[in-house]
Formats: sequence, structure tokens, C-alpha cells
Amino acid sequence: MPPTCISSGSFVAWSRTPRTVYAAPRDPRMVVVILRGALDGLAVVPPIGDPNYARLRGELAIGVAGIGRILSLDGFFSLHDAMRTLHAHYVAGDTLIVHAVATPYRDRSHFDGQDVLESGMPGPRDTVSGWLNRAVLELPVGDQIEVARPVGLAISPTVPLIFRGAAPTLTWTPPNFQSASPDTQSRLLELYGEIDPALLRAFVEGREIDSLSGHGDVPVPRTKTAGPSFREAAEGAAKLLAAESGPRIAALVFDGWDTHANEGAEHGKLARLLAALDDALDGLASGLKSVWHDTVIVVITEFGRTARINGNEGTDHGTATTAFLMGGAVKGGRVVADWPGLGNSQLHQGRDLMPTTDLRAVLKGLLRDHLGVSEFALSQRVFPSSIAVRPLNGLIG
Amino acid sequence: MVFASASIGFHRFGLGPRSGDLSLLGDDPRGVLLDELDEPGIALLRGGDLLSAAEIITERHRQDRLPRGYLAAAIRRLSFFVPIDRRVFEAEVQARIDRALIVRTGLVERLVTFWMNHFVVETGANGTVRRTAAAFEREAIRPFVLGRFEDMLVAASRHPAMLSYFNSAISVGPNSVIGRQSGRGCNENHARELLELHTVGVEAGYSQADVTALSKVLTGWSYRGASGDDELADDYGCFWFVADAHEPGGQRVMDVDYPQTGLDQGEAVLSTLAAHEATARRIAWKLVRHFVSDHPAPDIAEEVTAVFLESGGDLKACVRTLLLHDKAWGPVVKIKSPGEFLWSALRALGLGIDVAQVARVLSALGQPLWNPHAPNGFPDHADSWLAGNAMTDRLDFAEELAARVRIDLDPLALTDAVLGKRCSASTREHIARAQTRSQALALLLMSPEFQRR
Repeated sequence: MPPTCISSGSFVAWSRTPRTVYAAPRDPRMVVVILRGALDGLAVVPPIGDPNYARLRGELAIGVAGIGRILSLDGFFSLHDAMRTLHAHYVAGDTLIVHAVATPYRDRSHFDGQDVLESGMPGPRDTVSGWLNRAVLELPVGDQIEVARPVGLAISPTVPLIFRGAAPTLTWTPPNFQSASPDTQSRLLELYGEIDPALLRAFVEGREIDSLSGHGDVPVPRTKTAGPSFREAAEGAAKLLAAESGPRIAALVFDGWDTHANEGAEHGKLARLLAALDDALDGLASGLKSVWHDTVIVVITEFGRTARINGNEGTDHGTATTAFLMGGAVKGGRVVADWPGLGNSQLHQGRDLMPTTDLRAVLKGLLRDHLGVSEFALSQRVFPSSIAVRPLNGLIG
Repeated sequence: MVFASASIGFHRFGLGPRSGDLSLLGDDPRGVLLDELDEPGIALLRGGDLLSAAEIITERHRQDRLPRGYLAAAIRRLSFFVPIDRRVFEAEVQARIDRALIVRTGLVERLVTFWMNHFVVETGANGTVRRTAAAFEREAIRPFVLGRFEDMLVAASRHPAMLSYFNSAISVGPNSVIGRQSGRGCNENHARELLELHTVGVEAGYSQADVTALSKVLTGWSYRGASGDDELADDYGCFWFVADAHEPGGQRVMDVDYPQTGLDQGEAVLSTLAAHEATARRIAWKLVRHFVSDHPAPDIAEEVTAVFLESGGDLKACVRTLLLHDKAWGPVVKIKSPGEFLWSALRALGLGIDVAQVARVLSALGQPLWNPHAPNGFPDHADSWLAGNAMTDRLDFAEELAARVRIDLDPLALTDAVLGKRCSASTREHIARAQTRSQALALLLMSPEFQRR
């Protein structure tokens, strides 16, 4: 049977560790979870206190009597019932939700939107490198640290834009075959070394990743045809990040959020996706338990979806949406939003949630306070031309 | 004339040579590639066990209506009862295996893959797409890969797999008869990707208003059975223009007025978009990038663009132009995709493969069958397939495959037969020194000359 999976996951990571910038021995971990396809922020964090919410969302207005259960946040905002893990961490003070947030991109192409989200550039189609890669180049390197040695991993066979660039990156996929014999591997390494440096580099990296993840130690199921689930990708990431000598920054890409039709409320397409995402967050949290106090997971998407339901019980491409921060290092238990309202005149172009927070402000605050990247570097190189976008204070701690 | 090596021809433009192919063809493979384009019916795939999308949708409808409970369980246990989804998948993949292993060069199969990655549907999207994606390839792509682009665009845009993938079948004009009765409306999914991915591309500079207008143009484009509760009829599962769901009145898309008020409105828009210069440029550039390199000499794409425009989108003429261009035979840079690697490895070793294995291997190597996880398809950059442990995965699979080869195969002779004059001294040396036959074959499959095309 063909796979019926709804997504693919991918993740990439580096081993470079900025631990020396801190007086206290800190060893921060960061996981960026990218939701491709445009997450409906109004469905996952419904503003049930907004007087226009029920009207705009019609049959999908969860939290309205008779439509579906919600998890309570601060009274004004609530959380979709599928996000149990995220909610438990909210209650524990480890989840921070940002609402009405958007990248600087204002059109509605997925691919251009993903370019901006991942490149960190002010506009689309500037795709030479990604902001996470450039941030790695700016990490404070102390003398205790070994020279940067990539120990990367990705669960897709390709490098997502967010990681492309000068800093060495690696990707990893969960094993699907029995490992080839060490002798054949070393012969191939020799051959590549003689005539193909690019293949040599790719192969050496792949071997390091395989050995870090324990490939070769465990028998591989022979019948698997579907891609990795969200949770498998997350558990792989967590295992590597938690390791003493493993990578410290990773990203996972989850596809499938483009809910143009039959999006569903408490149950349905979006609810299933959210449950899978929440399960992945649980996989991350479990795997990172030992280093939880040093961990931040940030969940972002290219843009939001229309405030109104379209003619097909779904939503079309929109603008502002939500972002999540979860982890022991997060100053959570709150929703950060400069709420624009959902009245007709308050909507962006009369159709989308108006963006009031620049996603770059969130990411800059995170990179500065969690990883120690300087504000100057953030405004000049990590997010070029963003000097007017001030980092959000107080996300970490 | 640049020296066009037979080995480059087979690996870059085809599915790789089988043992004996290179020596039979001499040094210039252009002739055999061009001949394959002229072979009647070469792109089509037919067979008694291959059902049309309409038949699949109908059969699924019937099976869904089987009585529930004890009786249903009894029927499902009968040995001749095969659920339609499994029957379809097995027949479709088997047909691709048979085709890939038997074709002379595989150029046309490569074109089919290219166009399936242009008019993307994802089997992961929903059950209807899962069941009909392969039929979509046979019905909307294959008949036109050597025909006119506009015909492919129209066939793809009308196909139930595409209509279901983009939720078009339920998109209703808000002021149409059905829209006013039901309060339903339209969604922009198909319209936006039709502009951005299928035709002019985002750089052509259309606006939100154009997307909105096109989404209205496409209202009413549906198929019988889209709602699932329609009664069975002869045309069940076929394209169906629902006039009562079509938004009344003219529309304006990319500075052109479309005063038509029915199906002909959408057909007129598709016709204009298919002939648009931006479409020609995009298609030409994508073709050149796919077959030659990520940074090809600009004059190849310019020539292909000109031929596209002059010939009214004749895709065979475009491919001929590409093949005959000297610069299309430049240095080998691109890494084979997982599919290209799988088929060329099987062809080189003379091995068969079963349906389950194909599905497993392609998923594991990152290119699951008909399921690229995004409407813009699988990546097509030279280094897209090089990341992370992709190469160690390929070696693991190559070793698995090499272990299955019959015992009398001479690895060095096969190396010459598969790589021809492109084989480096280093590669030949390492294959010669291998300690077992299967290790030698795994090294051949993993050699830079075999991995790159």
C-alpha cells in the first residue's frame, strides 16, 4: 500500500556550543519546528474573548457552545483540545504563545512565504542561506570549545533553506536498510577521496550521523514504506540533542498544514495534524528531559490563514498566525499578543488577522537571550535590514 | 559538434544503460534518444488491469456500499475480494516496473516523471488522490508529454485527482445557484497553484485579485461522485462541469477579460496562460535545470523558450531542441534522484524488483511514489539529494541489491558496459580490487560516475 502519512519530517543540527558566554555553566539547546503549509493560528489558539470570533469562524469556532472543547489559557485566548502536551507545559510555566505574529512577507504564496520564513531576509527569493545557519556563524565561540565540527542530522534527504549557508550542516533520516559492511564503506571513502570531494564530504557526514544515532546497533524493520512520523523525527532529534557530544541546534520540518477545505473543529483534518504535532512535542520533551532547563523549542509557520471560513469549511492563505515557545528555559505560562481585533476594519486587507508582532522580534529575542548572539549581528547579518525590529525582551529565564 | 557520449546520454536523459546497450549504440546516442521520441505510443501505459480514474472511483463507491457487519466481514474474507486501493496500487506500480526495465533509453519515462513533478498531486492528500494519482499520470500526463503543453494543462486541470487534491470539486461560486442556496463559496487553492506552479510562475507578477478571479473562473469544475453520495451513473468519476455552481459573470485575470460565462471561461483562461511568455520561460528553464544543470548556459533555455513559443507549446519539439543543443552535453554534475538511481541500478544489474520493494526503497531514499509532500514537488537541485545520510542509505541499499546478483556476472565487464568511457581509472581500480563480487558491484553502483548524471 502507498503511504498514507500526512507529512514528512526533517531535521538538521550543529554541534557548536556557545557555553562559554555564560558565567554559569549553561549548555543551551534549541529546536526550531517549521510547519509548512500555513498554520491556522485562529484555530489552534482561538481568541474566544473576541466579540467577532464566533461570527467569523462559524462552524469551526471551537470554544463556542456546542462546537468543541478547548483548553483554557488566560480567559481571552484558549488552546485547541488536541494540544495537551503544549497545554501541560503552559500550566507548568514552560510554554509561551505569541499571537498575531507574522514574518515581513505580505503576499500569499506558500513558497515565497517559506523563503522569507527560512531565509530571514526581508523579501522572497533571496535563498542563498538561512537565518539559522547565519545565527550559528554568530554564536560566541569560547576557548573551551572544540573547533566547530558539524554533527548534523535530517529526516528529509534534502537540506531545508533555514540551514543552508556557510556553517557546515548535516541531515539525518531514520534508518531503513541494514547498514552496509564497514569494509565496503571504507573502500568507497577511499574512492571518493580520490576523485569526488563533494561525495566524500556527504558520505563522511552521513557516517557520523549514522553512528551518533546508533544505526547499525538495531535491526531495521524491512516492511516500512511510510515516511517517518512527526514523533519519530522528534525523538531522533531529542536523542541527538541530549547526547553529551551531540549537536545543540536542530530543526524539524512538518508538512501538511494547508487546510483549504474541511479543516474541522474539535475533530477533523487540523485536529489530527495538531495531535501529531503535540505528540512530537511530547517526544521532544521526553527525550530532552535531562537538559530541559536548557531547552527552547520554537514552532513557526510561513503565514496564517483567512479570518473567515471560506466556502468549503476551510481557510485560504492569510497573514498573521501564532508561534509557540516551549522548554524549561522559556519564561512561559502566558500569551504574548498585541491583539488587533477581528472586526472587519481591523482585519488585514479585510480578510486576514492583522500582524502586530514581527516574528523576527521573537526570534531575535530568543537568539540573543538563549544562544547569546549579539543584537548587532542579529540586525545586520542574521536578519538583514531588521534594525527597526527590536528583539522581544523577557522570553527566556 | 560536441562529443556526446553514449554513457552521458543514457544516464542524463534516460534510465541508465542495460548491459550491452552502450556497445550496440556506438558513440553518439542522440539518434536513439530522438528515435525513442518518435516511437508511436511510447508514452502511453495501458493494460487490462489498469483502471481509469473513473472506474477506480466507481469501484470504490461500490465497495464502500457493501453491507456492513457480519455479511461484509464474510465478503471481505473471500479470497478473490481485493480492496480496490490495494488492487490499484499493485497494478500501477507493476506497470511502471515493467516499463522502466524494458524501455530502450527511458527518456520518455524521465519526461513523464518530470511532468508529474510539475503537475503535482500527492497521494498523501486524501483517499481519492491516493487511488487515482497513477491514473492521473496515465490519463493527464502521458498522452501529452510529446504533445502540446496546453493539452496537458487542460487534462491535468480537469482530472479528478487534481480537482480532489486542490479541493476544487467543492469550490462553489458564492453567487451561483448552488452558492446562493447553500451559502457555500469557493477556495483559492487550485487557482493560486495554477498560476504559481503550473503556468506563469510567481515572478510574472499577478495579484491577489487575479487569484480571486481565477478561483471564481474555476468554480463548477468538478467530477461525478465528488460529493460521495451521488448515485452511480455511466459517467461516474468523470469530469463534470456543474453550471449551477459556476460563479456568474465575466472575470478579469492578469489584464485579460473573460466575458464567457460557462466552462468556456476557464478553458479560455487556460489557453491564454498556456501560451504566455512567462509560462514558456519557466517550462524551458525547468526542463534545462532538470536534465542538464542548476546553472545552465542561458542560451539553452532561451532556445527552448523560443521553440515553445513558435510551436505553440510543442513539448516534443522542446525536448528535441534540448537534446540537439551541444551545451546540453556538458560536464556531469547532477546527482541522480532516488528514482533515477533505483531504475538505473536495476537495469545495470539486470535485476527485477517487486511492488512492495519499490515502494519501500523509494520512500526510504526520500522520493515516495506519487507523494512529494508539497505541491511544488520533489526538489530538483544538484545537491538536493546529497544531504546527510542520503549517501550511506544509498550504499546500504546498493549492497542489498548487489547481494542478489547472479553469480557469473563479471563486475569489470559490467563496469565497462554501464559507464563506458566515462569510467575513471580510480573507480575501475577499486572495483577490480574488491574482495567479493557483490562488493565490487556495490562500489560500481556507488561510484561517482554512476551516482552523477
